[in-house]
Amino acid sequence: MKTEKLLEVKNLKQYFKLARNTLIKAVDDISFDIYKGEILGLVGESGSGKSTTGRSIINIYQPTGGEIYYRGKLISDPKTYRAEKTFIYRNMQIIFQDSTSSLNSRMTVKEIIEEPLIIQKLYKKKEERSEKVYELLNLVGLDKIYLDHYPYECSGGQRQRVGIARALSLDPEFIIADEPIASLDVSIQAQIINLFKKLQHENGLTCLFISHDLAMVRYVCDRVGVMYHGKIVELAETKELYRNPIHPYTKALFSSILVPDPDSARERIRIKHNLSIGANSEENNRLFEVSEGHFVYGCYRGRNFI
Amino acid sequence: MSNLLEVNHLAVSFSTEEGEVQVVRDVSFSLKKGETLAILGESGCGKSVLCKSILRILPENGSIKSGEVILNGENMTKLSPKSMDRVRGKEISMIFQDPMTLLNPTITIGKQIMEAVLIHQKISKSAAKKKSIELMELVGLDDAENRHAQYPHHFSGGMRQRSVIAIALACNPKVLIADEPTTALDVTIQAQILELIQEIQAKTGISIIFITHDLGVAAQLAQRIAVMYAGKIVEIGTAQDIFYDPRHPYTWGLMSSLPKIDSDEGLLNCISGMPPNLLHLPRGDAFAQRNKYALKIDYLAEPPMFKISATHSAATWLLHQDAPKVQPPVRFQGL
Repeated sequence: MKTEKLLEVKNLKQYFKLARNTLIKAVDDISFDIYKGEILGLVGESGSGKSTTGRSIINIYQPTGGEIYYRGKLISDPKTYRAEKTFIYRNMQIIFQDSTSSLNSRMTVKEIIEEPLIIQKLYKKKEERSEKVYELLNLVGLDKIYLDHYPYECSGGQRQRVGIARALSLDPEFIIADEPIASLDVSIQAQIINLFKKLQHENGLTCLFISHDLAMVRYVCDRVGVMYHGKIVELAETKELYRNPIHPYTKALFSSILVPDPDSARERIRIKHNLSIGANSEENNRLFEVSEGHFVYGCYRGRNFI
Repeated sequence: MSNLLEVNHLAVSFSTEEGEVQVVRDVSFSLKKGETLAILGESGCGKSVLCKSILRILPENGSIKSGEVILNGENMTKLSPKSMDRVRGKEISMIFQDPMTLLNPTITIGKQIMEAVLIHQKISKSAAKKKSIELMELVGLDDAENRHAQYPHHFSGGMRQRSVIAIALACNPKVLIADEPTTALDVTIQAQILELIQEIQAKTGISIIFITHDLGVAAQLAQRIAVMYAGKIVEIGTAQDIFYDPRHPYTWGLMSSLPKIDSDEGLLNCISGMPPNLLHLPRGDAFAQRNKYALKIDYLAEPPMFKISATHSAATWLLHQDAPKVQPPVRFQGL
């Protein structure tokens, strides 16, 4: 069991004010830890707040409330964040979901991947730096001919891989991967997933893996949190969660997984989620530990929701 | 049952600055009444272009080079643009990946559905409105009377896709072409839309061509599956043929790049390399470079379609009688 906490998220709240009277609670009071060397999955439907969580951690949004500690250092506070900026970016990187808007369209692929290396002054010699860029391209399965291409000359899948190469360029110890494979083809997906697994085993990479591909999450993650309407409704080790989902939303979500098997696909029964279940009294609105390491949100008694 | 739609040796090319790109190469398949055919392939394999060429809505630089598309005994590649207008929407409809690009944001959903009804049918406006409300109920939009007057931005992604399906079904078409209609949707909504499509098919007996890159979607929906690679159909058969007894190395690769359902050990298999550049297609089989089972002949000549059973055929030299026997990846053995 991994014990060293790398990242602690405590009571994170991220609210957005839309109009005078509308407040969107994108992330509403969630807490979790990420241990060193683990891949934590975050699943849920769009609008459930999983991307916002990732963005709040790396301070793209200033959290409305709560604390985020990285290696024991408080990074959610604007002051300490500014002081620790270089340290944070050296160790923590993010892969964005939308590769089009996250790559500078006036820079070539080489310049994009090279930029973090230049900023952090990691290589003295130009040749060494170029060598590293080639290595990164190779790692994500892109051909060298793309080095001088601009992002718009690449396909969506290729752009996504440029984003991944950029995130990996500093060999960070923690990566926030926001739907890194959603826009990729199946065979490329496998390539990138293998890369994550390999980096985890060989370099001890820690990762927050945000995805809605439940089959892939099951394969790649050590633990999985399920988000729904800004809250984590269930958090457990992957095997436990997939074998024994407890929260009705988790059950509904898992029942909509499409199995690539025509005979069993026809027997699938989809469970519909009823909003009213498990959300009654104030005092029950927190995570309960139902078995070791398996947390469920709301009213849980015996084996049933009331 | 006779074939409703037949595509014979269809070839589509795009002319670009760098030269001619052969996007669809010698594709043939047929579709029976009430059947769902999934066209499975990775991005850039030509699956969308194939369907657009059936409806003849290719971009200006694209053209059908040869082959024919036969609907109800009529060759659609020979029809005049005007007669083609009558086919689109009435005989064959299409739904696309992103519903927002299809819906006009300044016109109410109800009017957009009515528009489709009025173009092809000579009925009064009030009858068209009644019909459009019926359609909205058919696709599972609650409170259709009130929803009729709402705009696309009032609708969620799933509801927009439902509205687009309603427009596509407005004139009771015989064939529905669905181009990745669930890719932009959440898993739960995706499951709902797929169920809706199945329900509608059961009610109306419509034939569906479903384009997807998701093996799970294909398994769920399709009776028959065609696997496309670099503009060609490399394997075609019933869903059971393709999933339980695949014969083409590319299909093997696709299947084994998915995480296995029961085991979580080891690395995923991936297909090494990248799809070929359609501008400069290699000699021989387009898949040869990435194929670890490639034979010498794969680099010299393109394999023809070999028939495996009445429903199942694949284009790989491995099926030639003189080819050496190869062991497919473990998970397909003994099936």
